[in-house]
Amino acid sequence: MIRLTDVVKEYPNGTHALNGLSMEIQDGEFVFMVGPSGSGKSTVIKLLIGEIEPSAGRVMVNGFSLQNIREWQIPHMRRTVGVIFQDFRLIDHKTVYDNMVFAMRAVGSGPREIKKRIPYCLNLVGLENKSRRLPSELSGGEQQRVAIARALLNNPSTIIADEPTGNLDPARSLEIMRLLERINALGTTVLVVTHEKDLVNRFDKRVVMLERGRVVSDGKGWYGRR
Amino acid sequence: MGRHNFFYFAREGAYNMFSHGFMSFAAIGITVACLLIMGTFTLVAVNANAMLAELESQNQVLAFVELGMTEVEARAVEKDILAVDNVAGATFISDKEAAAAFRGRYEDDELFQGLPDENFPHRFAIDLKDIGRMSQTKADLEALPEIGPGNVNAYEDEAAGFITIRNVAGIVCVVLIAVLFLVSVFIIANTIKLTTFDRRDEIAIMKMVGATNGFIRWPFVYEGFLLGLFSAVIGFFLQWGLYEAVARSVATNDTINLISVVPFETMWEYVAVIFAGAGMLIGVGGSLSAIRKFLQV
Repeated sequence: MIRLTDVVKEYPNGTHALNGLSMEIQDGEFVFMVGPSGSGKSTVIKLLIGEIEPSAGRVMVNGFSLQNIREWQIPHMRRTVGVIFQDFRLIDHKTVYDNMVFAMRAVGSGPREIKKRIPYCLNLVGLENKSRRLPSELSGGEQQRVAIARALLNNPSTIIADEPTGNLDPARSLEIMRLLERINALGTTVLVVTHEKDLVNRFDKRVVMLERGRVVSDGKGWYGRR
Repeated sequence: MGRHNFFYFAREGAYNMFSHGFMSFAAIGITVACLLIMGTFTLVAVNANAMLAELESQNQVLAFVELGMTEVEARAVEKDILAVDNVAGATFISDKEAAAAFRGRYEDDELFQGLPDENFPHRFAIDLKDIGRMSQTKADLEALPEIGPGNVNAYEDEAAGFITIRNVAGIVCVVLIAVLFLVSVFIIANTIKLTTFDRRDEIAIMKMVGATNGFIRWPFVYEGFLLGLFSAVIGFFLQWGLYEAVARSVATNDTINLISVVPFETMWEYVAVIFAGAGMLIGVGGSLSAIRKFLQV
């Protein structure tokens, strides 16, 4: 579960990114987070993955309280959250399979676990036949699916996707959203940050809209009721 | 650390090193140079120390027993001399031996050839444990009734000179080694910084998926370790070659062949251990200082 309570974030340069933001995402939910540039979406993501600390308020992610989390606990918290970015963040010189191995090695997984888990995740995103390809040999949509498979490797309870369709055409964007929806159906909480109104409106999901670091609407559809 | 992690870290460390071949070559080259300069200075200091020790051992104190004592009486003083603090050993020189040595020194001068043996008191050539305490030992020897005040010849100025040379050489050596050590750490740190900068995306991914700082740090520590170890091995053999070449030219040079060079074979183990230790310390220290800021993600 994700819970932000009266969260304030002020950066060292004086920018107030969040001004008393409160929201809650239950386990197993699928939520879109929308809002204009500078509304605080990226700050929320950084807070949720422990990259920054809140100036005030409380942030709770999958049982970890992030305002007083110890440094050694942060990696363990991050293993409960899979993150997907607009630019895929794959390692160019490694094959799809090796990208996955790299991510599993990083959390200390052994060879047996790696051999079992990677084919399962690649199969889930429909890329089991492209494991020996380099990222540059894949389309944008396929690269994003690799990133999703990588995010699923550690069996996280939450997936956070930051503009996952920003680099994709509408057809591929829809494909990625459907894939995230399917992952959500398997029980994983999904939070998608996007500004693509048409795409959001194609799904009957909860939409949280931010403006100037606060929630201005929360409910089904682009202008969901608070 | 699991077995599979150890091999993974070692492989990644080696990969890092070879994938930045030119920088690794530069780091190894400069570290070898620093180790060579450090090693050369240390070996010069070791040789200077050995020479000083030899000269010190020749810097004996002469204690004259009372004139008129028989040889038997004089020899009996030896145990009192050996009981004095800081005395390492004493060699008895009879009046006859002293007279013969004296005449030998002036064999071209008839004036000194007729001196009777009885004019030369029996004496002891005394070796000291620490020439720094020469004055005190001289006073202690003069306090012996069979010797008495003014009957001990000690070259205190020469002894003080040896001590000053040794101290200055020691300080110069330590300062130089410290400076070169820091230079080497700085260079290795910069090499690893370039490696980490080049792999910053990979580090960000590792952080994102939940890798611990320790896990991220290890391959870079191995890289530094390997750079330091390679430098130490190359530096050691170069040092050996250089030392032997210098020793050979000293031995064959007519002017300086009086200088005795400590054979490398008698100290190669120490040199190897010091080079390996310094190399690895430089490498690991450099990599730890380089990676620190990249872990703050």
